[in-house]
Amino acid sequence: MTTRIVELRQGILKKNDELARSLRNRFEAAGVLVLNLVSSPGTGKTEFLQRTLKELVDAGARAAALVGDLETDNDARRLAASGAPVRQINTHGICHLEAEMVSKHLEGWNLADLDYLFIENVGNLVCPSSYDLGEKIRVALLSVTEGEDKPLKYPTLFNSADVAIITKIDIAEAVGFQRTAAIRNINEIRAGIRIFETSARTGAGMADWLAYVAQAKCNHSRIARP
Amino acid sequence: MHELSIVASIVDSVTETLTAYPGARVKQVRLRVGALASVIEDSLQFCYDIATEDTVLKGSALIVKILPVWMHCEKCAEDVEIASLQSFRCPRCDEPVSDMRQGRELEIDSIEIDEVEEAV
Repeated sequence: MTTRIVELRQGILKKNDELARSLRNRFEAAGVLVLNLVSSPGTGKTEFLQRTLKELVDAGARAAALVGDLETDNDARRLAASGAPVRQINTHGICHLEAEMVSKHLEGWNLADLDYLFIENVGNLVCPSSYDLGEKIRVALLSVTEGEDKPLKYPTLFNSADVAIITKIDIAEAVGFQRTAAIRNINEIRAGIRIFETSARTGAGMADWLAYVAQAKCNHSRIARP
Repeated sequence: MHELSIVASIVDSVTETLTAYPGARVKQVRLRVGALASVIEDSLQFCYDIATEDTVLKGSALIVKILPVWMHCEKCAEDVEIASLQSFRCPRCDEPVSDMRQGRELEIDSIEIDEVEEAV
């Protein structure tokens, strides 16, 4: 018997990372801007996305969505009401989306026909942060009902986000939401991140968010097709 | 709780590596895990025993090295270790820091194996 140390120096999620990289290349080549929406269950991702899709579709943009849930296609049906093409990904117990699930559910879609692809992750503030889906923009959502210190409790997710959305601001007053503390906490984890304060119900803040998305798409296309 | 999928990936990688060392027995699997990798060591250990049960990794030890978060502070022009995961600020000058240099790693560093001596 001889003992030997074998160096691997290998990413544990190497397969996911490689697939995510190839997805990112495909998305860029097709000129589609991909956004990955992450939050706890109940933050209002689906409502927020439904309104976003509807406004984009009404404005003539070509937007589509993939929506992840453990079970049911309820969210896909809700989102499809916006008029955008939507596909449900059922993870059957897995607490996050992986690049392979995204890749599989894109089959049959011509990415070059899309301007925007939204991926609504499984409601979970821990696991989705480890899995790259090939997105350009990671969007972390936080509702006014959740507690202002959530960014401090889940630093990994908020630190890996490119933009933060505060949802349900129409009921902020009723639930005693402390806006200054929430914004300070988000900035404590991710300094200088863009924050949008929205209500999908009343439409408050949606115009700023949509302008941001349109600008990001514009910058993205400039890189993809010089 | 995605530790089980993570352990399953570890088992795959190590099994693949072992094809180059037929008959070898795995003694240790050493990981490097960033403090901001969203992985809990206790859950990893718990899943490890279950997931390695019917594999060549059975009975091996999982050694997890947690790596602190290092950020680059532009003002100090230096890499600094942040004092807490609840505040991404330079511990020296208190400026917010956003350029991460270490903290999200999730890697298999190495494995320790017992090789069978080749018959002469």
